[in-house]
Amino acid sequence: MKTEFDFLKSIAPEPGNLIKGLQLIQATEGYISEDGIRAAAEYFGRPEADVEGVVSFYAQFKRVKPGKFQISVCDGTACHLKGAPLVHEWLYQDLKLKPGETSPDGLFSLETVACLGCCSLAPVMSVNGRVYGKLERKTMMKILKEYADK
Amino acid sequence: MSKIVAIKIGLASCGIAAGGEAVLAELKKATDLPVIEVGCIGHCYAEPLVEACLDDGSSVIYGNVKATEKDIQNILSLAEEGRFEIPAARKAKELVKVLALAGKISPVDFDDYTANGGYEGLKKARMMKPEEVIEEIKLSGLRGRGGGGFPTGMKWGFLAAKPGFDKTVICNADEGDPGAFMDRSLMESVPHQVLEGMLIAAYATGASRLIIYCRAEYPMAIKHLKIAIEQINAHKINCFDDRTIEISIKEGAGAFVCGEETALIASLEGQRGMPRFRPPFPTDSGYQGKPTMINNVETFGNVPIILREGGKNFASVGSEGGRGTKLFALAGDLKYPGLVEVPMGTTLREIVFEIGGADPDHVKAVQTGGPSGGCIPVEMFDTPVDYDSLRSLGAIMGSGGMIVIGNDRCMVETARYFLDFTHRESCGKCTFCRVGTTRMFEILERIVAGKGCEADLDTLEDLGKKIKAGSLCGLGQTAPNPVLATLRYYRHEYLEHVNENKCRAMQCNALVDIYINKDNCVKCKMCLRSCPVNAISDDFVVDPAVCTRCNSCLDSCPKKTIIRVAKGEAK
Ligand SMILES: Cc1cc2nc3c(=O)[nH]c(=O)nc-3n(C[C@H](O)[C@H](O)[C@H](O)COP(=O)(O)O)c2cc1C
Ligand code: FES
Repeated sequence: MKTEFDFLKSIAPEPGNLIKGLQLIQATEGYISEDGIRAAAEYFGRPEADVEGVVSFYAQFKRVKPGKFQISVCDGTACHLKGAPLVHEWLYQDLKLKPGETSPDGLFSLETVACLGCCSLAPVMSVNGRVYGKLERKTMMKILKEYADK
Repeated sequence: MSKIVAIKIGLASCGIAAGGEAVLAELKKATDLPVIEVGCIGHCYAEPLVEACLDDGSSVIYGNVKATEKDIQNILSLAEEGRFEIPAARKAKELVKVLALAGKISPVDFDDYTANGGYEGLKKARMMKPEEVIEEIKLSGLRGRGGGGFPTGMKWGFLAAKPGFDKTVICNADEGDPGAFMDRSLMESVPHQVLEGMLIAAYATGASRLIIYCRAEYPMAIKHLKIAIEQINAHKINCFDDRTIEISIKEGAGAFVCGEETALIASLEGQRGMPRFRPPFPTDSGYQGKPTMINNVETFGNVPIILREGGKNFASVGSEGGRGTKLFALAGDLKYPGLVEVPMGTTLREIVFEIGGADPDHVKAVQTGGPSGGCIPVEMFDTPVDYDSLRSLGAIMGSGGMIVIGNDRCMVETARYFLDFTHRESCGKCTFCRVGTTRMFEILERIVAGKGCEADLDTLEDLGKKIKAGSLCGLGQTAPNPVLATLRYYRHEYLEHVNENKCRAMQCNALVDIYINKDNCVKCKMCLRSCPVNAISDDFVVDPAVCTRCNSCLDSCPKKTIIRVAKGEAK
């Protein structure tokens, strides 16, 4: 195992801890690289194909390097009714961002998620885990600009 | 005059999303009074909420507080302006038991919880024999709040019947129904109450391992639970006479199907979350092959109350179809979205109109049970909400998500939305579910695009029945429900789409155009400026070939003179 994955040693090397390990890799590296798959397979004693299978099953795991700021637009039922498709349209119009993609400057990645649990404030998005509700085009672009200027 | 002794501010996810943190910072700057961060009181529409606690024990609540000097001074001077009153109709219908402490105490303060009756249920349980505890739960009539409605006491009995202590109790905190947030709120606001319920379950069933499987989208819930677990360990209330209970949290990785019991267990074991055939049931062979029992967050949240007030008292609330109270997450087209707690058997009319403040002239239906449920038309709103009544209408109570659908929503589009969700979340094991839901989704896409035909409706019904029959787990067995229910009650909307190319709700983009009514137009050109694709000409005509129907111009128009009309009628 490459030494850059030594942080895995904080978890017991049992096959059952694979998902926890992958979550740690993603939290540290931002995504699951080829090296990450290899490291997890070796450390948790599971075939690489098996690890790949687990990674592809769960929506949380990303195989490409994400942008500095992760925008998650909620498309849960409440948000969908209250205009999540429009939120996506705005992001596309103003930032040329599509779900699953990262902006060319590497600043923003966009993903769609199902329900952030703040349905009463729909439509909702989160940026790096911080939730913003009652989105409108102007306020949303202002929020994103503040991130971009950081 | 009364004096403020402390200030409470709601900082659950909803409070933060509404800007509560900025208010907290301003409050701390403006006063030396203790400012306590609490959870959610359920009135999410009025967040951020600040409660000024007075020396006479009463309190004044302020709603929609902004981080401005004026709002902060209003609170500190107890001004009349900005005060928040719980709507009278809601107060009359609500019965707050499970959520009694939510938003009232600090979620991460152990002493605050015990000072308000916390852990008394566990203390009482430990003075009883384990089988007596289970009897009490059976007496209460509590049924699982995770959707299935299985009698909780019976489930506990199955696990207790297994010999030894090498058993696991799991709390299902995967809350996968998009549009539901009861479990999130409970875990964020009163994590100790959920954990107390789990400890009582461990005592009663002879388990020695507790695992919470929580979805990763709920970082605050996870944080609060972790703190609470540390406090439990420090106070040693997890140490029973003959064993110490080990409590851990595992984060889900974003898969709806992992809410299903056997998939959840596979996921805990580090596998792909695929459901498996039952039997063996988890209580026979579950986590790591050992006897395992799974209950929902809200189910556990009810347990301390049952122990405190006794099963018989608990059962005095509710109806034949379900005992006790139920939490509902109200969202969609209504005035007061938020979390409500009502006795089982309260009618939809009471919940949606009286508590939720929805406009009766503007509501078409309500969707219960999320992607596994169905819609219930407004004509049937006198139905009591319990496990059995809703099932007879082709819907389910589900875990408690309730989305109010207004007149300007298209039911075909709503069904398409749910199938979009389920066909992507199907784990792929059963052919009917994997391929069948995809085909249903494709047909619905075709219909909302104005390219469907009448035969499509029969195909949908036929496929729906077969998928229900041919799927192993609850996902496939219920996935067609939103389509079948809308076909049952709103077939005319489907027919209009396929025969007349018409969407009466003017929602399906392929079947509508944007029209600017020049009679009211003041030629302010706000629409021209707001249009991201320059589809509006200088003499205010929208080019339908360029327009993406993004609604930007509708929102920008000060005279509200831009509307959506049926395709080809923008003349
Ligand atoms: C596809 C699918 C998703 C489910 N998601 C959840 C969930 O998110 N939360 C939950 O508590 N139960 C969920 N369930 C129900 C659980 O399988 C199980 O019945 C429940 O957790 C049992 O707890 P209870 O008896 O306390 O309700 C789901 C079931 C299926 C088939
Ligand atoms: S549906 Fe968007 S937060 Fe729940």
